[in-house]
Amino acid sequence: MGKTLLDKVWEKHTVRELPSGQSQLFIGLHLIHEVTSPQAFAMLKELNLPVKFPNRTFATMDHIIPTQSQARPLVDSLAEEMVVALTESCKEHNITLYDLESKQQGVVHIIGPEKGLTQPGMTIACGDSHTSTHGAFGAIAFGIGTSNIRDVLATGCLAMSKPKVRQVRVEGELKPGVYAKDVALYIIHKLGVKGGVGYAYEYAGSTFENMTMEERLTVCNMSIEGGARCGYINPDQVTFDYLKGREMVPEGEAFERAVEYWKSNASDDDAEFDDVVVYNAQDIEPMVTWGINPAQSSPVSGHVPNPENLEGAEQTSVAEALEYMQLSGDQDIKGIPLDVTFIGSCTNGRLSDLRIAAEIAKGRKVAENVQAIVVPGSMEVARQAVAEGLDKVFKEAGFEWRLAGCSMCLAMNPDKLQGDQMCASSSNRNFKGRQGSPTGRTLLMSPAMVAASSIAGKVADVRELD
Amino acid sequence: MSMKIEKIVGPAIPLRGDDIDTDRIIPARFLRCVTFDTLGPHAFEDDRKQDPDHVFNQEKFQNAEVLFAGNNFGCGSSREHAPQSLQKWGIKAVVGLSFAEIFFGNCNAMGIPCAKVTPEDLETLYKVAESDPTVEFTVDVDTLTVSWNGGRVNAEIPAGVRDTFLQGTWNATAVLQQAEGDIQAVANALPYINNFQ
Ligand code: SF4
Repeated sequence: MGKTLLDKVWEKHTVRELPSGQSQLFIGLHLIHEVTSPQAFAMLKELNLPVKFPNRTFATMDHIIPTQSQARPLVDSLAEEMVVALTESCKEHNITLYDLESKQQGVVHIIGPEKGLTQPGMTIACGDSHTSTHGAFGAIAFGIGTSNIRDVLATGCLAMSKPKVRQVRVEGELKPGVYAKDVALYIIHKLGVKGGVGYAYEYAGSTFENMTMEERLTVCNMSIEGGARCGYINPDQVTFDYLKGREMVPEGEAFERAVEYWKSNASDDDAEFDDVVVYNAQDIEPMVTWGINPAQSSPVSGHVPNPENLEGAEQTSVAEALEYMQLSGDQDIKGIPLDVTFIGSCTNGRLSDLRIAAEIAKGRKVAENVQAIVVPGSMEVARQAVAEGLDKVFKEAGFEWRLAGCSMCLAMNPDKLQGDQMCASSSNRNFKGRQGSPTGRTLLMSPAMVAASSIAGKVADVRELD
Repeated sequence: MSMKIEKIVGPAIPLRGDDIDTDRIIPARFLRCVTFDTLGPHAFEDDRKQDPDHVFNQEKFQNAEVLFAGNNFGCGSSREHAPQSLQKWGIKAVVGLSFAEIFFGNCNAMGIPCAKVTPEDLETLYKVAESDPTVEFTVDVDTLTVSWNGGRVNAEIPAGVRDTFLQGTWNATAVLQQAEGDIQAVANALPYINNFQ
């Protein structure tokens, strides 16, 4: 019987079986940031332990970073304190830090791929749930909490139970106006927010094979929103072409050796899966969430469900969502009024996302009732966007062009919704209060849909823009 | 070695609802801190503000040590701040229908057993706690039961995780360290560690 990529990578990184039955898994790449690691460094100090693999550990600052002025000291003294804590820990333990001064700072899941740190066949851990993003390269990448960060810092290892593997196959060509984000939201809608618990998702089929690396990153990023522990796509020529020439990727003969190794980690043709689901790309439309978890979504041409037509727990949860969102049953998705729009985050803050949004913004104007914000995912993304003139396109259309960071994905910095503002967002979570106001409301969609909706001042179908 | 955890005994707080995410347990603005120490009073802060009757607001549940929860509890962010805030608030064990995986892993690493029960049994537990907040529940990690004066239901904790509580190895650092030499050997065998040279 053949093996899956997960089987192969797991085997190569298993140090031993623990008495608990879990595996002691070696972590080949550890990414850290300012919010979840200071406490781990404090724990390390208490244990009087050094960082075991400082050269396999890379840091950046993203969650708390303001996007209007990044002058130090940061205006928010608590944010400044966290940035200082990370800087000092990195210095003390000889860890490479991509900070503001380095001009290479960015959202941790954007800079990993950008620098070529993320490679196929690796195990990767980071104290952020969207670490699943890195699976786009055929890596096994886990989001972890602070005690686990301490373990990885101290030992280079995690105690983990091996997940099952569900192959999520999507076949065919996407229709015009349908993007990777829509595929991700569609899968979560089908399988539910906890459908993936206990599983790693292997995304396979022609739809994913035809995607660019940046699109694949968007899909794998959202794995966690479907409850999966991680998600991955088998590495192929698209992966290798993306990696070639990047800063941390070997060159010449070593690159050839790397490609051979990367290929060897892909799932075998006769690999067996614990579960398989198959979808047709032609069935997918631009998706919009109407509720308070990422599975509560609908095609843009559809409408909000009516709790009266539902029963039991589903009725309760839909009713709760609609009450919070101030939407009514059977209301059309199209036309929901907006106050704020946000293009950015590790889900959709890469160059290709900005290009698509800029193309829609070009020659048009943001509606007067809307504050529209564009936050590039990293300083490098920002540089490239500026080189292409995208910043000008956005500004001319009335979007605010900001500096790099997580920004309104989780609103730990000053970028926050006010009161019960409604926001069309290219990020990944529509939880209650996620965008900084306890009563703020979030509609998730693709960057193209966010751009189109910014122009319309209400939820619009990107395919119908004139 | 960490402390052995065999049972947790204490009053319970019945939190109803599915898919309660970590942003609700601890909103992001409280993550602006370099220690977990001050998080306890902020557990469920936004939910509590919007709902004066929220169980975490109710005086009678303030001594609770066991949390009863629904399906997919702790979904969303990997922030350990969520279970840390619950622990600092006073929670020592969670009994629910199901748990999001990262949350479950964080609780395990912090020594908070998360036990699953059936929907019928959860309803019983909710009702007992709601009708008398002083009832003490025993979450027994060894016998895999939740019991109270006169009642008892079965609970489920995966065998490996249960062992880490019973043996006092839930704080994994020391356990992982034991394999020192093997860790290096596994690292050395991975061609990417030396950049394929
Ligand atoms: S952009 Fe959002 S999801 Fe991504 S790392 Fe930042 S906070 Fe986490």
